[in-house]
This record gives sequence, structure tokens and C-alpha cells, in this order.
Amino acid sequence: MRILFSFFAVIALVLSAYAGVKIANLQFLFGVVIPYIAITIFTLGFVYRVLKWGSSPVPFRIPTTCGQQKSLPWIKQNRIENPSSISGVIIRMALEALLFRSLFRNLKTQLKDGKLVYGEAKWLWLAGLAFHWSFLIIFVRHFRLFLQSTPSFIKTIEGLDSFLQVGVPLLYMTDIVLLGSVTYLFLRRVFIPQVKYISLAADYFPLFLIFGIAASGVLMRYFYKVDIVGVKELAMGLVILKPVIPQGIGVIFYIHLFLICLLFAYFPLSKLMHMAGVFLSPTRNMVNNSRMVRHINPWNYPVHVHTYEEYENDFREKMKKAGIPVEKE
Amino acid sequence: MATKFTAKPDELSKIDHKPPKKGWMDTPAEFKEHTFCWGAKGKNLNIVDFPNARDWSPAEEDWKLPENWQEIVLEGIKDRLGKYRSFKLFMDICVRCGACADKCHFFIGGGDPKNMPVLRAEILRSIYRKYFTASGKMLGKIAGARELTLDVLKELWYYYYQCTECRRCSVFCPYGIDQAEITMMGRELTNLLGLNTDWISGPVANCYMKGNHLGLEPHTITSSVEFFLDDIETITGIRIKPTFNRKGAEILFVTPSGDLFADPGTYTAMGYLMLFHELGLDYTWSTYASEGGNFGFFTSNEMAKRLNAKIYAEAKRLGVKWIIGGECGHMWRVINQYMDTWNGPADFLEEPVSPITGTKFENAKSTKMVHIAEFTADLIKNGKLKLDPARNDRLKVTWHDSCNTARGMGILDEPRYVLRNVCNHFYEMPEDTIREKTFCCGSGTGLNASENMELRMRGGFPRANAVKYVRDNYGVNMLANICAIDRATLNALMEYWAPDVSVCGLHELVGNALVMTGEKERTQDLRLEPLHGKEAEE
Amino acid sequence: MKLNSLLADKKASILEKWFDVIIESYPPDTSNFLKNQSNRFANPAGSAISQGIENIFDELLRGLNQGNTLQFLDNIVRIRAVQDFTPSQALSFIFPLKRIIREELTVEIAGSQLSDEILALESKIDDLALSAFDIYMKCREKIYEIKANEVKSMTFRLLQMANLINTEGHESDFKGNDKLKIKRGEVKK
Ligand code: SF4
Ligand code: SF4
Repeated sequence: MRILFSFFAVIALVLSAYAGVKIANLQFLFGVVIPYIAITIFTLGFVYRVLKWGSSPVPFRIPTTCGQQKSLPWIKQNRIENPSSISGVIIRMALEALLFRSLFRNLKTQLKDGKLVYGEAKWLWLAGLAFHWSFLIIFVRHFRLFLQSTPSFIKTIEGLDSFLQVGVPLLYMTDIVLLGSVTYLFLRRVFIPQVKYISLAADYFPLFLIFGIAASGVLMRYFYKVDIVGVKELAMGLVILKPVIPQGIGVIFYIHLFLICLLFAYFPLSKLMHMAGVFLSPTRNMVNNSRMVRHINPWNYPVHVHTYEEYENDFREKMKKAGIPVEKE
Repeated sequence: MATKFTAKPDELSKIDHKPPKKGWMDTPAEFKEHTFCWGAKGKNLNIVDFPNARDWSPAEEDWKLPENWQEIVLEGIKDRLGKYRSFKLFMDICVRCGACADKCHFFIGGGDPKNMPVLRAEILRSIYRKYFTASGKMLGKIAGARELTLDVLKELWYYYYQCTECRRCSVFCPYGIDQAEITMMGRELTNLLGLNTDWISGPVANCYMKGNHLGLEPHTITSSVEFFLDDIETITGIRIKPTFNRKGAEILFVTPSGDLFADPGTYTAMGYLMLFHELGLDYTWSTYASEGGNFGFFTSNEMAKRLNAKIYAEAKRLGVKWIIGGECGHMWRVINQYMDTWNGPADFLEEPVSPITGTKFENAKSTKMVHIAEFTADLIKNGKLKLDPARNDRLKVTWHDSCNTARGMGILDEPRYVLRNVCNHFYEMPEDTIREKTFCCGSGTGLNASENMELRMRGGFPRANAVKYVRDNYGVNMLANICAIDRATLNALMEYWAPDVSVCGLHELVGNALVMTGEKERTQDLRLEPLHGKEAEE
Repeated sequence: MKLNSLLADKKASILEKWFDVIIESYPPDTSNFLKNQSNRFANPAGSAISQGIENIFDELLRGLNQGNTLQFLDNIVRIRAVQDFTPSQALSFIFPLKRIIREELTVEIAGSQLSDEILALESKIDDLALSAFDIYMKCREKIYEIKANEVKSMTFRLLQMANLINTEGHESDFKGNDKLKIKRGEVKK
């Protein structure tokens, strides 16, 4: 149900793009209006969400410490997993964001019946990493469409990405990796009961969407071969705010573009915001130095306490009898 | 109603089949006997001015909630979303990858899927989505949103009092989502409705009025300590004279009151007394700040702050220079991550310097509170203690890292250093079960009652299983730790899962090994049992 | 002992089925974890069950050594005794073994004279179940005992302190009164 809902939602969206362009000839809507709307929603939404998180203070210093604290000088501190300085935190965050350090922690090889086996955990880490990195690379590669001349670093990336030198046009490895890892991430949601149990429609939907984007992109590049010059013209037009709709770009391009727009617009409304959230997570981005430097809670307020005076009033006689000094005889 | 402990015939016939698959949102919590604690007593809630104070029982249908309880909870959520970035973020960014799912000892040992940390969080998240997100308001269940019904509230309560806030899940989450933090929020919400447990609210009320969880009155504290002094005299021939509430002492010593009350914590307390005496430390105990632990932490941030305030207040009143804290787990999470923020700045104290070694405790220069394991490790490193580790030769020791000190502080190697110097046989448990990956005792956050023994046993099973492993492989017979709750609960756990393993605090072993000036030849350890090799002479 | 060698041949598949049946008494989300997480520390329950049934099965073939078998049974039952199962559910894992064996050996049983041996084996399995029941009861009693002990030692301490409280000028009086001076150590279980 949760799966089907998401699946058909994506199918319906694909069909609407198809119908819109092929039948109703709404190229301008799908090629210009929607992309602008999507980018606007994305930018404003993203900023809004981050500001909203930011508007709540961090009242306490609560890093999850995953190693030895800084204490006596001769005890070796784990500067990264239990950072006492900003540089430690930066490395910790970098490992987290770039290499998924915490997921990697899951990874344990075990000896089972004399063979080394890796749990599913390793695959989650690997697929997660493959997915995010290939997505990023593909994203960066697309910049050539928005720039007059292609910068050299993009060419380098393209060169590396297609170093297998197979196919015409050259096959990008990341395309395969992205499709593969998305498929894996989807399948594990379906086949691992624990994960299926916790999954929501909101978990399947982005997977289908990204699969749709990747698939339409692959179709476009390797099979339908859309008019790349036209696409670039359109993209450049969007960038310099003089939108044009060149003739003869295949409908598959519009589907691809539409799904991307959806992803952008959906992004700030959803869990995909973890991309920004990971950098704000107080259990990871804080220094464990609260015994060294006082952390301030902006809403710290005075509270009722049972004072010593009240305590002594309750127990004065008993205290005296027990030889405990008191303030008032 | 709580489920009774017998199967109905139709349940029996189901055994061999998979239970019908329903989504978790549609499976209300079943209150199973022996898994939850008794409800709070009205009088205890009244003492600390908690709302909706009345006697109540989780097992009863009627929870005696106020009319507008939904409103109260939703207001409470809103308030906390505005106060805690952690809460807001953790409500939003979970991707349900499942990496944390099998990291919780309650799930591992018990197998209830709602004890997967991610699902524990989803219970609260489903409410959050319904009332605080656009998609949840519009799409409802398809967006994972749920109406806040009585069943949902009960589910929240049931599972948020089955989380020990151990933070193990947080270690494995790619975004550091910390269920302990979410559980704290959930528990705060239940406290807005007076839904606390007896085992938590009792100690909180005690601590508020009398200074410690057990409700020991001042004269009882001194006489408790007298007991220890008698025993120490029997063992060493030395009569120690500690002081209480003494103004002008250099150091205030604060430890969990459990150490004064129940074995084996009491032996640890004897260890402290012997150590400080041997050093000639200018220190004092306090009967007012006679609790290091903080059960308030298991109810609400505010309550925790109210209880914690006594430590600095007493330090100020007595005019001490700095504070040493005894062995306790959650106490140290509070001291490390909360105390200074709540009740600081402690500018009336001085930066701690060990009077014996001259070491400056740089890492505590703001809180001015030093962990006793740091203090003792420094003494040993500087050769200030005469130790005879052979006195602990009867023991084969393993080390349990407590959740809070491991994942909320990181005091891992100091106690190990001390341990290696006071005993000759020390064996680590397997790597996945110690240090930051340590398994909880299963009884933290006020779950160490007796009525929920079954929950405790299964929650502690992963821990016990690792102990069993070192017992079977190395003959380990002592489980050492720096946590009062561990000392109070691991005994029971061992009795069930790994009989013949006892439990002790670090400073009990220190006390055994410590060679004191002028002591007689020791024939007994702190438990008054014959020392290794001394049996014959007995 | 023809049956034994047949069983030994089929050991792997019998154990697998038996394991699955046991695991299926848990919710599906859990059973997958119990089944697939093979680290004995990350998944103590699952590994205790799979180890346990293998050992029990071996003992059955070897002809039940009382002490060993009880230990192996204990490893499993002790876990199930604290896992939300009713007593019958907790012990239900033993009986399916009979069915599994018959299923696995359908052909062999039909074509030969194994019925006596099968019956003997089945009654051994029944014995197992009875022993398991004993163990189960012991575990439950243990839990109650632990519970009671906790309460008792707490009450004891409180009483001990109450004594102190009620004794005027308690220190000297108390010291003089040997009957009141209860030796620490007796406080223990
Ligand atoms: S590991 Fe973190 S992101 Fe993954 S399911 Fe658990 S809480 Fe959510
Ligand atoms: S904090 Fe500990 S007890 Fe709570 S859900 Fe996480 S692992 Fe389980």
C-alpha cells in the first residue's frame, strides 16, 4: 500500500509530463515555468527549514561521545570521536558527511562456519555511499549545461567517470552505480522485514522519483539521444533569465526535467532535508568540553529548590544529635 | 488491562504461524505484566509540585487524565520544539535507514519491534507529523501521521519507559539521532499529565526534601557511615574519622546515596573512605547534597536542575575549593553535560588541583568537579599510592563501561588504568560490547524497580551474554564498574544469567589493594571475606 | 541404529527447519534479525537458539546425556522465560521437532522398519519437553526470588536504619547492643 501509493504517484507524474508536452504542447510550462517554481520552492524552502531549525537553540552540550575523553595529559584522547576542539569536530563531521562514519561502524566482519561474512550493514553503508556520491557527481556533471564553456574540473570528472571507454556515447559509471544503488536501497526496504516495518510512503516516494530521474536520464543519453544542443540552449536560457524553448527536444527530456523539478520542490518538505540536518545535529557537531567551558542555555530560568535553610529547619535536632554542625543553634 | 501470564487457547494455536501482519501504527501497546513499573503516588508528585498529582496505575484502563490532556501534550511538544534544536531536528531528519534498529538491548534481548530505536522515535514522530507538519496534516497516515488518541498515549508511555536513555542507538545513526534525547522529551510530556512511575517519583521527592534518593536523613547518613568505619577498623585496625557538613574543607565529596545503602555499593563507599583517609585529604561529606545521582533527569529537565542545584549550593555554603564526584553513571552525564549550564557558573570555586600531586584538572576547570577515577588515576600515575594488587588475586575482573560515562562523557581509560594497578587479573569483554559500544545493564533511567524484573532481565541479556563469555573463557568472577545503578542491578542480572559473577565498584578494589599506613596485616577483604592465601590462617 | 544415521545425514536441513519454526514465534521484524545477524554478541538470543538446538540434536542422536542436555535446554529456555511468552508459548519450540523429523524422513519411514525407533526418539523428545518445563519453572522462580530478594534487602536496610533512628543516643546504645548489630554480609542474598 505504502509502496504502491508512492509508485503510482510517480507514474502519474511521469504520465502528466508526457501528456502535457506531447498532447497539450505545454513545453513552456514544463520547460520554463515549472523549473522556476521548483527552484524557488527549493531555495526558499531549504532556507526556511534551516532557519527554522536554527531558530531553536541548543540548550545543552550533548555530543554523543564515541571514544576516550580529554582528561589527564598522559591518557590518550580520541580527538575525533570525542573532540575537545573545533578541529576535532570538523574532522568528525567530515568523516560523517563524506564517508558515513557512523554507518560504517555497523560494519563488522564475522567468522561464520569458518568463512568471513559481512552483515547487511556493510551493504547499507556501501550502497548509501555509492548512491550519494554518484548522485553528487552526476549533479556536478550537469553543470556543463549551465555554463558557457565547460570548466576543466568538470571535464576531469567526466573523463574519470567514463574511463571504461565503452559505448557511444561513452558510458558513465555513475549512471550505472546510481541506478544500482537506488534499486538496492529500494529492495532492502521491501525485503528486510525490519526495514519494511518502519518504512513510510515518504521513504519509497523519493526512491521512485530518483529512479525515474536516473532512468529517464539514461534513456535520454544512451537510447533516445535527445538534441543536446537544444537542451543546453534551454538551460542557458533559464540561467540568464531569458528562457527559450528550442524546437525538437524529445519528450523524454521534459519528463526528466519534470521529475527533477519535483525532486527539488519536494526536497524541503521531506526527510531529504537530512542533507542539511546532518550538519546541525548536536550529538555530532558539538565539542565535548562542557566541563572546561561553560555552555550557555539561552532559556535557562530560575527554579524552585529546597534550600539548605529549609533542610536544616526540618532536621536541626537530629543533626545536632548526630554531631553534624548546623548554621543556627 | 495488563495482560495476564497465561495463553488463551486461540493464542496457542497461533504459535507456529507468523502473526498477522499489521502496520505498527495499528497495533496498540499491550501492557504485559512484569515489564512496566508501578504508577506514581500522588503525594510524591505533590512534593515537587508536579501536575495532575494522584495515585494511578498503568495497568488500569482509566489513567485519570485531565480533561484537556491532548491539548497539554500538544502544547508541550510545541514548547519543546522551540526550546530544543535536537528535538526538532530529530523529528525531521530520520530517513528510516534502520541502522539503529538492532542496536537497542531491549530489542536484542526481548524482540519487541517497537523497541527498535527508530520505531520508538516514530511513536512520537507520528504525533508530531499530524499536528506540526503540513504533509502530515494533509495526508495523514500515508505521511506517517497519527491522531493523538489514548491508545497512542499509552503506547508512548509504555515504550518510553522501556528505554534506558543509553544512547547506543545514537552511536550508529548516520545523523547522530539520539533516542535518549527523544525519550527525555517523551517523558517530559508524560510528566505534564502526572504519568510518572513510583520508582522514579519516590526518589525524586526524597531527594528534593531530604537530599538523597533513598530519603536517608542526616543522622542516618552518619550512622550508615559508622557501619563502614566499624568494618574498616575490623579489616585494617584503623579508625577513620570522616567529617560531615564541615565548613572550610578544601574538597566536597558527592556520591550517589546508593553507595551508602546497599551492597555492593557500600564496599565502594568504604573504598572512598579508606583512600581519602590514607591521603589525609581535607574533605567533607554533605548530608544536604548527599546525592550525586539525579532521578529528576528521568522526569524533566527542570526537575533535574532543581535536584542538581544542591551540589553547587552546598559547595558555596561550605566554602570548599572544588568537588570530587563518586562513581555513578547518569550522575556524570548530568555533571559533564548539564550541571554547569543549569546551575553555574561556579565562580565561587577554584580550578581543581590535586593537593597530593599538584596536578591541575584542566578538563574540569569550569565545573570544578573531578571524577574520582580521574583523581585516583592521577595519584597512581604519580606513585602516591602504595598498592598491593595481590590482595585482589581471588578475583578475575572484567570491566563494564556504563552507558552514560561511555557515551555522554567518555571516561574509558582512567578506570581501566586504575583497575590494572589494583588487580592482577583483568579481562576485557568482546570488543563490540565495551567502550562506546557498551551494552546497558537494562535497568537505567529509573527502570531498576522490582516489578519490571522481566524487562530488566531481557534488557540486560546482551550485557550478561558478554559477561558469560568471559566467565566461561577466563573464569571471570567479578564485574567491576563505576555506576551506582549498575551496582544495584547487575547483581540480579548476574544471578539470572551468569551465576557466580559478583559485582563491585572500582574503589572497592582500590580499597582492597591500598596499603595504609599503620594498618594491621589484612586477612579479610572489604566484604569481610578471607583474602586470597589467608584462608588457612583464618 | 539406522534412524540415527539417517538423522545425521539430514541434520542440516532438520536444524534449519527447527530453527525457522522457533524463530517464527517472534514477530517477523524480529525474526529476521534473529536469523540473519550472526554475531553472537550483537544477537545473543538468535545465536543461543541456533547453537542450542544443534547441541540438543546432537545429544538426541548420541542418546541424551542428562547433564549436557539440560545445560543446552537451559540456554534457550532461560531466554524465552523473560520474553513476553506465555509458558506454553515459551516451551512450544520443542514439539515441532517431531513433525519436522517425520516430514524429513517421510520416504525412509514409509519404506522401512523404523517405526519403533521413531517412537523411541519421539518419547525422548517428550522427555526433553518435560525437562524444559522444569527449567522454565526454575527460571521463573529465580525471577521471583531475585525480586523478593531485592525487596527484602531493601527492607532489611531500612529496618536496620530505623533501629538506629529509634535508639536514643543511638551511637553508644547501639554499639552496646550486640543483638542489633547485624553483620554486614548477612544483608546479602
Ligand atoms: S539510524 Fe538514524 S536515520 Fe537511520 S533509522 Fe535510525 S534514527 Fe533513523
Ligand atoms: S537510548 Fe538505548 S534504550 Fe533507548 S532506544 Fe536507544 S539503544 Fe534503546
